[in-house]
Amino acid sequence: MGVGIEVTNLNAWYGANHTLQDINLNIPANHATALIGPSGCGKSTFVRCLNRMHETNPIARVTGTVRMGDLDIYQDTTPVEIRRRVGMVFQRPNPFPTMSIYDNVAAGLKLNGYSNRRALDEIVEKSLKNSALWDEVKDDLKKKSGASLSGGQQQRLCIARALAVDPEVLLMDEPASALDPVSTSKIEDLIFQLKSQYTIVIVTHNMQQAARVAEKTGFFLNGRMVEFDSTHKIFTNPSDKRTEDYITGRFG
Amino acid sequence: MQQGFKMQTRLRWLGDKTATFLAVLSTILVILPLVAIFVYLILKGAHSLNLAFFTQIPKPVGEVGGGMANAIVGSVTLLVIASLLGVPIGIGGGIYLAEFGRGTKFANAVRFTADVLNGVPSIVMGLAAYALIVVPQHHFSALAGGVALGIMMIPTVCRTTEEMLLMVPHAVREAALGLGVPNWRSVLSITVKTASPGIITGCMLAFARVAGETAPLIFTALGNDFWSTSLNEPIAALPLQIYVYAISPYDDWHRLAWAGSLVLIVLIVLAVALVRFVTSRGVLKGAS
Repeated sequence: MGVGIEVTNLNAWYGANHTLQDINLNIPANHATALIGPSGCGKSTFVRCLNRMHETNPIARVTGTVRMGDLDIYQDTTPVEIRRRVGMVFQRPNPFPTMSIYDNVAAGLKLNGYSNRRALDEIVEKSLKNSALWDEVKDDLKKKSGASLSGGQQQRLCIARALAVDPEVLLMDEPASALDPVSTSKIEDLIFQLKSQYTIVIVTHNMQQAARVAEKTGFFLNGRMVEFDSTHKIFTNPSDKRTEDYITGRFG
Repeated sequence: MQQGFKMQTRLRWLGDKTATFLAVLSTILVILPLVAIFVYLILKGAHSLNLAFFTQIPKPVGEVGGGMANAIVGSVTLLVIASLLGVPIGIGGGIYLAEFGRGTKFANAVRFTADVLNGVPSIVMGLAAYALIVVPQHHFSALAGGVALGIMMIPTVCRTTEEMLLMVPHAVREAALGLGVPNWRSVLSITVKTASPGIITGCMLAFARVAGETAPLIFTALGNDFWSTSLNEPIAALPLQIYVYAISPYDDWHRLAWAGSLVLIVLIVLAVALVRFVTSRGVLKGAS
């Protein structure tokens, strides 16, 4: 089951560049939350702070607190630990090129020393079914490389890979921006199904996409969160002038 | 207008054909020396190859016949020692440079040293092994020769490993870290594995290069006209034997030197092909 995320006074830097400023936000459990805003507004940095990927960059720095359920992810745990509970899907599909489809999905478990083969088979099948890829790949799970799939299939493979470690939260950083409309709509259907079991945070440039999949939407601008409300409210009656300008296409 | 367009198309056609021709020409020029050497070696050496060449040790001066069995075994022994030393240290160093030490002063110093080491004349490498092993032991040995060749392999293996690891896309590393895989595990199981075809190529290049080295063996392995497989005794090696026979005044020895050169090249080709074959099995459909 998903878990809610409580962000308090989050600040983030890349070197001297203050990319996130005083972010306060409550992300509800088992819902999809969309983050929108122009390029460079900090929304990608923000999701990378939620699984501590931000700090893999040596010049990056973070202050503030992020709580998941009872856990303060910057105080009570290690990055490795938190990333097992918070899955991530990246902008460009990034399957492991030398691994088969099966091994790609099993990678998170296998690399952490999990080796029960029967259970692995079950988890791989379940994850691929959950990511709506099973029927397309079940005949050559171990024969074909993950890199041999089409872009849309690769992205669903990456979703299956993230689901296989049984996370509570799924972060998606523009998961459909490199895909064609058909693959995009498959990913969106998937988000729709998955949000009953996981807390989903999705960064997107596509405002229709935010409107279609998310209950809540946050608007980021210049490293600050301008507005956070129900998606319906953001798109029909935003409180802030800047949100309105952005969603009506007056800038960005 | 129409005329100009036709003219332009024709020029492009001409440009295309010229570029293709030049590319093919360069390819031929690259391959030509190798093919020429190989053909020449076969012409000169093949007729001296017989069973005795592979089973007998050299005959004393004046007696016709004999072979290089001891030198073939000696070369294989030396190369095994060299690879056992050079490949793990080289790959380990490359992993450090690319994954753990990136940007540190120490890593920059190691990288610089490796580049200098790569340019050091091979006879100096022999001197280093001489000082390290031969002098304390008071005798020449296969071990000293293998160590000299092994040290020569390290910089090549190290730098190619680093280059190949740096070519692995950042996205692949992030994917592993994002799954909650510890960094060391991600480096060994994902990054190194993804780069392994290139790393293997680097190892084979280093191997092929030292397989033909003569100078570093002169005062380490020394050479041996008799059977020896002991690591503590001087040992024969194909390049050494070829060198001795080629500068000798006897026609029979010259023929043996040609045959030895042919065998040396074939051994290198076989070793590289074998490694390629073994490592290419299990590669999946569509893997890049």
